[in-house]
Amino acid sequence: MSSNGNGGRAALTAGLARVRRSAYLKRLMWPLLVLAALIVVNIAVTGFDFILPSVNDGRLGGAFVNILRRSAPLLLIALGMTLVIATKGIDLSVGAVYAIGAALACQMIMESGNQSSLGLVLTAVALALAVTALIGAWNGVMVARFGIQPIVATLIFMIAGRGIAQLITGGQIPTVDGSSPYTRLGRGAILTVPVPIVIAVAVLVLLALLTRRTALGMLLESVGGNPEASRLAGIRSKGITVLAYLVCGLCAGLAGLIGSANLASADANNGGLWIELDAILAVVIGGTSLLGGRFFLLGTTVGVAIIGTLDDTIINVGLSSQWQFTAKALVVFAVALLQSARFRAWILGPFTRGPSAEAPPETDEPKEVAAP
Amino acid sequence: MSTVQLTERPARSTLFDGLSRYLPISVTVALLVALYLGGVANYPNFGNSQVVAKLFIDNAPLLVIAVGMTFVILSGGIDLSVGSVMAFSTMACAWLTVDAGIAAPVALVLVLAFGTGWGLFIGAVIHRFEVQPFIATLVGLFLFRGLTLQISDTDVSMREIGFFQWGMTHVDFGNVREGGFWLPYLSFVAIAVVIIAFAVLHYTRFGRSVYAVGGSESSALLMGLAVARTKIGVYAVSGFCAALAGVLAAFATKSANPLANVGAELDAIAAVVIGGTLLTGGAGFVLGTLAGVLVWGLLNTLIAFQGNLSSWWARIAMGVLLLAFILLQRVLARSGEKRRA
Repeated sequence: MSSNGNGGRAALTAGLARVRRSAYLKRLMWPLLVLAALIVVNIAVTGFDFILPSVNDGRLGGAFVNILRRSAPLLLIALGMTLVIATKGIDLSVGAVYAIGAALACQMIMESGNQSSLGLVLTAVALALAVTALIGAWNGVMVARFGIQPIVATLIFMIAGRGIAQLITGGQIPTVDGSSPYTRLGRGAILTVPVPIVIAVAVLVLLALLTRRTALGMLLESVGGNPEASRLAGIRSKGITVLAYLVCGLCAGLAGLIGSANLASADANNGGLWIELDAILAVVIGGTSLLGGRFFLLGTTVGVAIIGTLDDTIINVGLSSQWQFTAKALVVFAVALLQSARFRAWILGPFTRGPSAEAPPETDEPKEVAAP
Repeated sequence: MSTVQLTERPARSTLFDGLSRYLPISVTVALLVALYLGGVANYPNFGNSQVVAKLFIDNAPLLVIAVGMTFVILSGGIDLSVGSVMAFSTMACAWLTVDAGIAAPVALVLVLAFGTGWGLFIGAVIHRFEVQPFIATLVGLFLFRGLTLQISDTDVSMREIGFFQWGMTHVDFGNVREGGFWLPYLSFVAIAVVIIAFAVLHYTRFGRSVYAVGGSESSALLMGLAVARTKIGVYAVSGFCAALAGVLAAFATKSANPLANVGAELDAIAAVVIGGTLLTGGAGFVLGTLAGVLVWGLLNTLIAFQGNLSSWWARIAMGVLLLAFILLQRVLARSGEKRRA
C-alpha cells in the first residue's frame, strides 16, 4: 500500500469512506423512513407545531424537542448497550444501575445541609458515576474473566440492583430542592439547548469518534465476531469486553442522574423500569444485530427517536396510553421478523422467480469496513 | 437407546459428569435445610409445620411458571413473557366471567388454551424464522402487559365467587391447632404440575428430546430427533404453565390486578438457575427448580419473621445466591474440562 504513494492511499481511503457511507445509509434507510412516517403522522394530527422548536424562557421547547429531551436517558443507555451488544453480549442490569446512580446522587445531596453547593453536587455526581462504572466493570469481568453468559451475569444485578438502590435510600424516595444545581442536569439549558440533549449528543459524538476514528470500534466488532480468534490475533479481547460493559454501566449511571435531576427525586422501584428492554429494542431497530460483530451508533440514535416519538404518537392520534405496550410489541415483532433471513425468504419466495429463487437467502449484509 | 446416552452426557456440557451432576442440586437442598434450621433455631414459631405449608401456598403460581421456564431453559431457550401472560390470564378470567358472561369453567379452559396457543405460536416463530428467543418472547412481555392494561387499568374482582372459592378450599392434615397444617387445593395443583413435569422430563420421549436439543441442537437433529416439535413444544408448555399460574392467582386473590407479576419472569429464571439448571441448556432437574422456588420463599419468610428487615433484602440475597450458584457451575464445568483433557 505504501508503495502506491500518497495518491493511491488517498484514493483508497476515499473509496473505503464511500463504501462505509453507502452501507451506513442503506442500514439507516428503514429506521429513518419509520421515523419520518411517525413524524408525518404527528404533523398531520397536531400541525407543524409538532416539529418546529419554539423558545420559551430562554430554552428550546416544542413537542419534538421535548421528545428528544425525555429520550436522552434512553439514548445514553442505548449507546452503552450498543457497544455491549457489539461484543455479542447484553446488559440486563442497566435499569437497576440507573436506579442505583439516581439513588446515590439524590440521597447524598438530600442528606447534606446545603443543597445548592456546587462542590457537593459535583462530588455526588462523581460518586454515582464511579459506582455505576464499577458495577459495569464487574459485569464485564464476570463475562470476560469467568466466561459467564452475559444474560446471566447481568441478571444478578438486575435482580439485586433495585434492592441495593432501596438500601441506599432506606426505602424512601429522596427528593432534591428545585434550587439545587443538580436539577440543572435535567432541566437546565446551555445556549437554549436542554442539558440532557447536550449531554446525550456529547456522549454520542465522543463514542462515535472513539470507535470510528480509532481502532477501538474495529476491535469491538472483532471481539464480538469471534473472541477466541481475536485473542489469537493479538487483541486483548477480555480487556475490550470489560471496557464495553464499563462504558455501559457509566452511561446507565449518567442516564439515572439526568432522569432523577429532571424529576428532582429518585424512585428506586420505578426509576428506569423496563428501560433495559427499551434500550435493547432501540439498538435492534437501529440495525445492530444481537449476534454481535457490528454496531451502528447512529442507527441506535434513530431507534431511540422512533421509540420516543412512538409514545407521543399514540397519545396524539387519540389512543389511550395503554396502547404504548401493544404498539411496542408490534414494533419488536415486525423488526424481529424483518431481520430474520428465513422470514424474508419465506415472504419473498413466491415473488422471486427463476434461478434467483434457488439462491440461498441473503444472510448478512456485507460487513462494514472499519475505519482505518 | 441412544437418546438415553445423550441425556446422560450432554454433548456441549462437561458439567454434571457422573456424581458431580448432582452437586448443584445437593448444594441447593443443603442451603434449603440450612435456611430452615437457621429459622427454627432463631424464631420461636418457625418450627410450626404451617410455615412450610405456607411456602406452597404463597409460591404456588411462581412454582408453576418456574416449572414451565425449566422446560424452556433446558432446551436452551428463554421465555421472558411468562409474567405478562400470567397477569393477562388472570385478567382474562375476570373479563370473560364478568363482562362477557361466560361460565367460569369454560373461561378457565379458554384461558389455558389461549396460553398454550400463544406458546405454540411464539415457539413456531422462534424455530421457523430463527428469531432469538430473547427478542421473540419480549414481544409477549410487551403485548400481554398492554392487552391486560387495555382490558382494565384498575383492579377487577371475580364474579362467581363460589367457583373461585374452590382454589382456597382447605384440606387439613392433622389437627391444625396441634401441630397439623392445611393446604388449599391450588397448592395441590402446583405440586401436581411439578410431578407431571418430572415424569414428562425423565420418562417420555419429549422429555429426553428437551435435554438432547438443549445439549446440542445439531446433534439432536442428526440423531433424527423431532427438534422442531420439541422446540415449539417447550414454549407451549411454558405458555400453558403461565396461563395456569394466572388461573391459580385468580383463585388465590379472586381479583385481577393489571400490574401484577411485573418481573415474575426474573424470579422464575433465578429460581431455575439456583435449582441447578444450566442456562445454556441440556442439564438440570425440575426438582431443583422446586428447591429454587422454596429457597426464594424461605428467604422471604425469614425476612418476615425477622420483622425489622425490609423486603428488598430478599432481592439482594437472591442476587448473591445467584452469583454463588453461577460461579459454582463455572467451577464444576472447569474441573470437568480438566478431567477430560
